Amino acid sequence: MRGRFTFLAGCVLVGLILVVAAVSLVWLPYDPADTSGGRLAPPGGAHLLGTDKLGRDLLTQLMVGARIALTVGIGSVLVGGLLGVAGGLIAGFATRWLDDALSAVLDILIAFPTLLLAMLVVAAREASLGSAILAIGLAMSGVVARLTRILVKRVLAQDYITAARTSGTSWPRVVAEHVLPNIWPTLLVNLSLQLGLAVLAEASLSYLGLGPPPPNASWGRLLQEAQATVLTSPTGAIAPGVLLVVLVVGVNLVADGFRDLADPTRRRTR
Amino acid sequence: MGRYLLRRTGFLLGSLLAAAALLFVLLRLLPGDPANALLSVGATPEQIAAARRQIGSDVPLPEQFAAWLAGLARLDLGTSFVSRLPVGPEIAARLVVTVPLTLLSFALAVLIALPVGFVAAWRSDRWYGLLLNGVSQLGIAVPVFWIGMLLVTVFALRLRVLPAGGFPRGDWAEPGRALTSLALPVITIALVMSASLIRYVRSATLDVLGSDYLRTARALGSSFAGAMWRHGLRNASVPVISILGIELATTFLGAVVVESVFTLPGLGTLLVEGIAEHDYPVIQGVLAVSTFAVLMIGFAADLAQRLVDPRLRAHVGGGRP
Repeated sequence: MRGRFTFLAGCVLVGLILVVAAVSLVWLPYDPADTSGGRLAPPGGAHLLGTDKLGRDLLTQLMVGARIALTVGIGSVLVGGLLGVAGGLIAGFATRWLDDALSAVLDILIAFPTLLLAMLVVAAREASLGSAILAIGLAMSGVVARLTRILVKRVLAQDYITAARTSGTSWPRVVAEHVLPNIWPTLLVNLSLQLGLAVLAEASLSYLGLGPPPPNASWGRLLQEAQATVLTSPTGAIAPGVLLVVLVVGVNLVADGFRDLADPTRRRTR
Repeated sequence: MGRYLLRRTGFLLGSLLAAAALLFVLLRLLPGDPANALLSVGATPEQIAAARRQIGSDVPLPEQFAAWLAGLARLDLGTSFVSRLPVGPEIAARLVVTVPLTLLSFALAVLIALPVGFVAAWRSDRWYGLLLNGVSQLGIAVPVFWIGMLLVTVFALRLRVLPAGGFPRGDWAEPGRALTSLALPVITIALVMSASLIRYVRSATLDVLGSDYLRTARALGSSFAGAMWRHGLRNASVPVISILGIELATTFLGAVVVESVFTLPGLGTLLVEGIAEHDYPVIQGVLAVSTFAVLMIGFAADLAQRLVDPRLRAHVGGGRP
């Protein structure tokens, strides 16, 4: 009951941002580069949310920002998820020394804080949409791989695996029929939590000027640009933050709700 | 414990070495020659060669790596391309800001999270328990720099009770002024950090509250406070301590971003400047120091956890999962 409510509430919030991003692909109030609006126009009139210090329409920027946030978030979860699940599967099936070596590498990768690793990748490449996706994806792959490894080990220790092997099932079929179906709900929950973290990481990178460069209007960069004029035009310094929180809370709620729905044994004690 | 300590120390040293290697390799994947950072457009081949000699990028990579490791062992982090000053002392000067910022924020976050997390679990069916839980749910979704911006707007720009940013020139010569300039950054980081901590404290407390041993203790006549004190706290503290290590590391990272909001001359702003100016020795140095700090914190947290939880000590060298 609780899980369903949480899940639905999360879906509504994420859906809101998804719709905004989808609409931005086919329609925008203004051209994102259009600076004809007059500087720091207040909300209302021709510009529903006002303009920024260069005269660009804020609503347009926010809509493009939704697209950037989702692109980087989903892109880095794909990168991190593929790398992490593949690495975790290998480590989970590996014999002792290979497993030990992979686990040590994973522990070190995890010891690297996400944001520092992302900053390192950006420093080594350049600030771009691709760098941000690669950097954040790489940084999350360690955590995903370690989780996958533990889940795989747990499944492989079950009697039904021994039974399947004894009756002649090949390892690839064991993975497809027994391992993946058993671990995907937990993985999916973790990946959606990672999606929220990735969106926050992208915002931080952009705030520091290390994210996707203009004309990609990232919410993090919008906030950074609005910081100097927060007293005269507060909308620009508030709206991108609110959208960030809506997206991340939504993703977290979806993850929490899905966990409660998918796994009845994990329902909260109270 | 001795054998564990030995193994864990070995792992720490291995990770430090691997981290140094990872830093080196990733930065060398760069498309350009780091010497370009020293040169203006249209430099002659002689100037390029001189620049490469100066920063040592004219020797093969293994030799560069060996030189860097040797430097690290001597705590010599090289010379900045931009300021031409040694990186080590520069980082040390920045740590004077970042370390107090991290520790104060962490302490405040723990002070907030322990009581709030406990109440959120203990009174999880009352409205304020639910409210605290909801607020912490919100807190983990808020970008730390945005909280900083909002606090600056309210307390520095509107109410004018605290400085909006900067740090006194004499560092800690005037402790009062230094502390005032750290006040908003510390509150910013602590608010965001405490949100995730509250969730861990809450779930650890919920586990204890629903446990059989607590019910047994109560049935045998212990008061709630007595049973909590004797059995609950120690059990609840095990998962919380392991998460504290991670949180301390996260606080340190929060500091990296928040320093930019408040223009504090710390490690974070040094890193951002280094990246903007392609100043590789600075980037490498800051990342090496931060990563080592994070690894050391993890080491300390693991040891602390074993001290609290005898069950972990019993499994030394024991079975693998």
